[in-house]
Amino acid sequence: MLVSATNGKTTTTRLLAAATRAAGYHLTTNAEGSNLERGIATALLKGDKGADLGLFEVDEAALASIAASTRPQVVVLMNLFRDQLDRYGELETLVDKWRDVLDDLEARSEPPTFVLNADDPNIAALGRGRPNVVWFGVDDASQAIGDREHAADATMCRDCGAPLDHRVVLVGHLGHWDCPNCDLTRPTPNVSATKIDLSPQGQKMTLQYPTPAGPPTELTISSPLPGLHNSYNVVAAFAASWALADRTERPQEAHAVARVMAKTKPAFGRGEVIEVDDKRIQLLLAKNPTGVNQNVRTILRSPGKLHVLVLLNDRTADGQDVSWIWDVDWEPLDSRLASLTLGGDRAWDLALRFQYGGFDMDKVKVSPDPAKALDIALAATVAGHTLCALSTYTAMLDLRWVLTQRGYTPAYWSPDA
Amino acid sequence: MSAIHTVRLCHMYPQLMNIYADRGNIAVFRQRLAWRDMDLEITEIGLGEVIDPGQHDLYYLGGGQDRDQNLVAKDLVANSATLQAAANVGAAQLYVCGGIQLAGHSYVTADGTELAGLGILDLTTEAGQNRLVGDLIIDATVEGTTQRVVGYENHIGRTRLGPSCVPLGKVVSGYGNDGGGRYEGAIFNHVIGTYLHGPLLPKNPWLADLLLGWALEHRYGQDVVLRPLEDTVEARAHDAAIARAGVKR
Repeated sequence: MLVSATNGKTTTTRLLAAATRAAGYHLTTNAEGSNLERGIATALLKGDKGADLGLFEVDEAALASIAASTRPQVVVLMNLFRDQLDRYGELETLVDKWRDVLDDLEARSEPPTFVLNADDPNIAALGRGRPNVVWFGVDDASQAIGDREHAADATMCRDCGAPLDHRVVLVGHLGHWDCPNCDLTRPTPNVSATKIDLSPQGQKMTLQYPTPAGPPTELTISSPLPGLHNSYNVVAAFAASWALADRTERPQEAHAVARVMAKTKPAFGRGEVIEVDDKRIQLLLAKNPTGVNQNVRTILRSPGKLHVLVLLNDRTADGQDVSWIWDVDWEPLDSRLASLTLGGDRAWDLALRFQYGGFDMDKVKVSPDPAKALDIALAATVAGHTLCALSTYTAMLDLRWVLTQRGYTPAYWSPDA
Repeated sequence: MSAIHTVRLCHMYPQLMNIYADRGNIAVFRQRLAWRDMDLEITEIGLGEVIDPGQHDLYYLGGGQDRDQNLVAKDLVANSATLQAAANVGAAQLYVCGGIQLAGHSYVTADGTELAGLGILDLTTEAGQNRLVGDLIIDATVEGTTQRVVGYENHIGRTRLGPSCVPLGKVVSGYGNDGGGRYEGAIFNHVIGTYLHGPLLPKNPWLADLLLGWALEHRYGQDVVLRPLEDTVEARAHDAAIARAGVKR
């Protein structure tokens, strides 16, 4: 199984690993590992020779080469958002490359089942007309956010170029949409979340899925993963387990999948909480505008005044072009902030973003050094409260290192992390 | 009470040409005027819409993905006479990334298609083999003043200037217009084209005030003076970008 997306591939792979293990599969996986060619090669070399399922999270730019050298049975494609333009280039180019991958896979003697997000217009256009597609989506319109976010990308029809009509916007450009000009329309999901109840601690959802003979059936899943972006991850993982069971005729009881998902905690930096004396730190990985917009919404769901730390680095793994911070809708935080601390190599770029966003700069402290920024942020955080720490990948490693040195958390690569 | 002085901005195709955080440039225009008790009035122009001639003091066009840029190129030519006339009477215009390509005479895409541009800047652009990506630092010279301007570039186009416009500046670090690492951007009258994003204006307040000064002059003549601002945070971010360009990790 291959899982790719701009956002959510690590968490979805983690959920799928739990689900397939519960179904009795013996896995080789790169869950929480490197998702480029070398990471997958390493996982295969290190993996148990007796494994009967490979489950790999795949970097979106590496999908073509990894698909070419494997024989996937299930391919899960979740979303494409603008992300690290200096590394991935334009979104449109990536969509074109994915189309070639799907064409190649479909032409094989044993084509895979595609598990695709009906709510992403680009992914829907890629899957249109293909056999062996399981569509997933979110059918709870009460979670709509109003207008498309500033960072929304798929605003035009891929087939005819007309502006898409988004009836419901859920995450970035994900939602319920139609082309008013041609017949490209949101596919009806086979597996969908029909009712979602979000809380700061996670969520509950009602999932609808097909049964072999009769009408679709429903079940309720709870998950400690916060935010609507994680609803998509849960639905995607469930749809992929369903597709695998359907394809291999190795049935898996849906409630068993639900039970393991309920126990699957956030992956590294995806909302995990670390206790620091009488306070808590919630680590939220900041990768791209759509992901950070989701993190901001998650933070806003907490009651009361907020303590926030943002760390921005511009190293290779973070993306060297920091202009993306201007596409994030940070503004809703302003009125809720008790303290805001900015750090990382490009802390002053963040300060400019907030200054020109009209934030009250009296509440803002800046220190590029991550350890000092952490000290300032923790000192400002009231006892019993949570410090929400949003940071880019290498800055997250820096932050974890400081917390590990101080004995608050094991090193992230250790097995019990 | 509304402000006495208002700059009228025409923001061209904000829905399509916004890929390199162009909205940051607009936020800088708005905020730097607000700090001086002045207003920014924004008119957004989308596909199929016509710009009202003579009604704007400042024009902005940002960068887009190839597909969106092609849509805009076809649409924009309908407004070329209006924009040309505005340039001739000294209205300020800023064209960033894809914008500089569309402000020139023509842009030849990777598949050989030639798109007609506005022809306001005497330059032509052709897609190269590879994208030019990285930190870009230039020494820009405008109206006799030279200032270091910092940002990031990410473009496949190679831009060559004709005789009636001059480069915005000399490249200190980075690729610049044609990948040769010599010159960057173009300037003619009060029209500036550049590949610098990051976005451009937050870390280069001098350039922001230069454009705002031209826009105010277009509307009110020479009487309105922009009070200097402290720009402490701007200077720190500017320095961080220079340090970043000099240090290869």
